[in-house]
Amino acid sequence: MNIVGQLAPLAFGLAVIGSGIGVGYVIGKTIESVARQPELQGRLQSLMFLGVALTEALCFIAIAVAFIPFPAP
Amino acid sequence: MTDVTARVMSDAVDGLSQPIDAPTLGAPNPEPTLSIHVASLIATAAASDDGGVHGPPVLLFPGTPFELNRLMAIRILVVAVIILIFWLGTRNMKIVPGRGQAALEAIFMFVRNGIVYDTLGEQRGRRYEPILMTMFFLILGMNLTGTIPGLQLAGTAAIGLPLILAVVSWVMFIYAGMREKGAKFWKDSLFPPGVPVWLYVFIAPLEFLSTFIVRPVTLTLRLTMNMIAGHMLLVLCFTATQFFFFTVLADGNLLGLLGVGSFAFGLAFTVLELFIAALQAYVFAILSAIYIQLAVAEEH
Repeated sequence: MNIVGQLAPLAFGLAVIGSGIGVGYVIGKTIESVARQPELQGRLQSLMFLGVALTEALCFIAIAVAFIPFPAP
Repeated sequence: MTDVTARVMSDAVDGLSQPIDAPTLGAPNPEPTLSIHVASLIATAAASDDGGVHGPPVLLFPGTPFELNRLMAIRILVVAVIILIFWLGTRNMKIVPGRGQAALEAIFMFVRNGIVYDTLGEQRGRRYEPILMTMFFLILGMNLTGTIPGLQLAGTAAIGLPLILAVVSWVMFIYAGMREKGAKFWKDSLFPPGVPVWLYVFIAPLEFLSTFIVRPVTLTLRLTMNMIAGHMLLVLCFTATQFFFFTVLADGNLLGLLGVGSFAFGLAFTVLELFIAALQAYVFAILSAIYIQLAVAEEH
């Protein structure tokens, strides 16, 4: 069997596992905190978007790997 | 629909009917495949001088350094529209605002209070408010063109503009730190207090890397890759719709009705893109504000 292809999508998939778990954790914790203190919802929401953006950055670095012009074998 | 979109779409539709054996990125492959078309779509959005793949079509002044391609035309249009909106919206201000002025004021107040004053405080925030607000509205406008029918290419979907904005933000927080703390800014950011002295051998390079290199790089990549990924999602959904309706269904195959689903997903992703456009502008502005705040904060 002969498999031809590029590894970049695979690497992206692996990277997304990590940041997916991270984003889920951030949002879940935000929901928990809002359930405890509903009056802080606005402040917590902006903090949540910040945390999500920081976590997502890792998977965007992974997308960028596909653009690095590695020499073809 | 412009002709380039049509061409790219028909190319990708050709690719769908071919067997998929993905070639390595950058290697020229005579056989059109789906993956190389996706790669060229990325490159179309990402770079105009990427060697093998072609960029957006050149509209004016070909062959000179002032080449005007579709992306640059969109950027110029966005800047003109932003100037026009703010000129018309603030030309005739009244104490009791009309509808347009009230809407504009609401957005201004959100950016000023929610982003700048919340992070930097009112006194310091007033100094950095103009540049942070400029960043927010420029990025918002450039991002929104990714979903406007007829343009459908975000001005920030190529790396040049986010890179320049990130460099501006980088210079801005270094300037803020130098202005308020002088040389102590470098000492605080490279050698954080409260760490055993021998650990500085490891800490200082790490701090340098994370503060002065990773910050601008992630600012750039977060914005660019968000826009490229959104562009690709929309392109895939709408090319699939075109393929299902005009190739499969036109042949009399009822599988073409799957195009209804891909069209619905395309519309859903368009709404998602609208949300992401606003979110990324917010995130870029607030991260720039936080970096300034970290640079001027007093270490204890």
